[in-house]
Amino acid sequence: MTEPRKTVMTVEEELEGDLGTKRMIVNFGPQHPATHGTLRNIIELDGERVIKLEPEIGYLHSGFEKISEYRTYNQTVTVTDRMNYLSPLCNNVGFSLAVEEMMGIKATPRCAAIRVALCELSRIADHILSVGLQAMDLGAFTVMLWTFIEREQLYDIFENVTGARLTTSYTRVGGLLRDVPPDFEEMVRKFMVKCSKTIDEIEGVLNGNRIFIDRTVGVSPVPRDVAISFGLTGPLLRACGVPYDVRKARPYSGYENYQFELITEEKGDAWSRYRLRVREMRESLKIIDQVLKAMPGGPIYVDDPRIVIPPKTAMNTPGGGMEGLIYHFKNYMMGHGVCPPKGEVYSCTEAPNGELGFYLVSDGTQRPYRWRVRPPSLYSYQAFPYMTEGGLLSDVVAVMSSLNIIAGELDR
Amino acid sequence: MDPIEAVKTTFADQVLGTGAHAGQPWVDVKRDRIADILKMLRDDGGYDMLTDLTAVDYLNQGMAERFAVVYNLYSVKDNVRTRVKAWVPESDPTIDSASSLYRSAPWAEREVWDLMGITFKGHPGLKRLMLPENYEGHPLRKDYPLTGRGERMNFPRYIP
Repeated sequence: MTEPRKTVMTVEEELEGDLGTKRMIVNFGPQHPATHGTLRNIIELDGERVIKLEPEIGYLHSGFEKISEYRTYNQTVTVTDRMNYLSPLCNNVGFSLAVEEMMGIKATPRCAAIRVALCELSRIADHILSVGLQAMDLGAFTVMLWTFIEREQLYDIFENVTGARLTTSYTRVGGLLRDVPPDFEEMVRKFMVKCSKTIDEIEGVLNGNRIFIDRTVGVSPVPRDVAISFGLTGPLLRACGVPYDVRKARPYSGYENYQFELITEEKGDAWSRYRLRVREMRESLKIIDQVLKAMPGGPIYVDDPRIVIPPKTAMNTPGGGMEGLIYHFKNYMMGHGVCPPKGEVYSCTEAPNGELGFYLVSDGTQRPYRWRVRPPSLYSYQAFPYMTEGGLLSDVVAVMSSLNIIAGELDR
Repeated sequence: MDPIEAVKTTFADQVLGTGAHAGQPWVDVKRDRIADILKMLRDDGGYDMLTDLTAVDYLNQGMAERFAVVYNLYSVKDNVRTRVKAWVPESDPTIDSASSLYRSAPWAEREVWDLMGITFKGHPGLKRLMLPENYEGHPLRKDYPLTGRGERMNFPRYIP
């Protein structure tokens, strides 16, 4: 028989004893300003403390993998834009590299250099927004506005180069849509000067900020081996002290020719992730500077008429258009064009959020037989309950913004 | 000893073939002892990260079985990758779960169950990940049409 519950308690008993508070279930999302996307978490709370957190995803599932089985390889590039919508150029490049690896072709030096420059610009766009949103969620709204100014500049550059701000679709298998415009270097140089000043300002505001430090230092630390087992990659893994970066571990697109530091932090908490992103942006600026200094000339497409999409001028100029027209026709007819040999390939690149992998199975036709994306956000978000359970509810927001989950890539 | 060679000698009756395509090594195995093979690769071979887990539907492709569950493994220390492929028959699409070996496995396995319809034995909570829970069918299978099923207008209208 259990003892009857005491009705009168001393102050000490009341403070330390079990008051029998009810646990509360809170729905965090899918429409919540701090989730930055359609993410839903079912949180079981004991007062302020998180007992259990269960993420529910799939609100943005679009069936990209199924759709792509019905698209040709160059059409699939447009699908990759919609995945990580903060840095679509990295997805474009990653996909094109996967198909090129499968076909055993290598992009021209100029094409590779342009790809690297645009990838690094996208990385800055992604990281700077991530830092801005992390600061905004913790109360520093000014930082977010500063980062949005830089992001606008970057989008102006992307628009100038690709013709679109978000849905860039810039790469093709074996090349690019078009060469960069003549004022590309000037625009990027102007941006780099301004951006490095903004990064200084962000650091000036946040590095000594009492509130920001209190809410991020020591929040959700992840040990090395746990991070590896969770499959965390990119900034989250490097913040734990694991020096793994696909750009160094498996250089692609000529990254081995550029000097940059592989940045790691020690603690693996939200503060380390912020520091790491800021330091990586500076490294990206260094890489862009090297690319612009040594930008090679020459063609942007490989010299292989079977896969090159002929430019419009090769088709409709009087007198010289017949050959281009034939290649264009062959390229778009079924059974010709980009047809990788039978087999399968796993190719990965370093996207801003981590390792972006493409697992392609080809049956020798013009369409991928199976196209699997390894989204870095899926594996980062899987570790979210591990990071937040046992902590405070307010830390859930701080951790989520430090992970930089992109719902389009998470759900595909 | 090379981890793949070690797997080949220890699980001689399980390994169907090994090789490399485009410079990437792969191992084809039977599904029966996949958990033991992965455990050996993780503990003795140093493959401490399960980068990705997915499945492929080889319908009418003349393969050994219809489905293949693909494990992309990576060793952070040695910077090497390998790909393990376990064949799963159409009549009984089940395989042992890798959730107790790698923390990255549970959601990936839920996704495979959701979209491809392969059951993972010993999974801590196998339910749909991407699609709604009342969804019927597994859309990434090759015999599932691209249009005509599961579109928005086919669901009952939500009237509060």
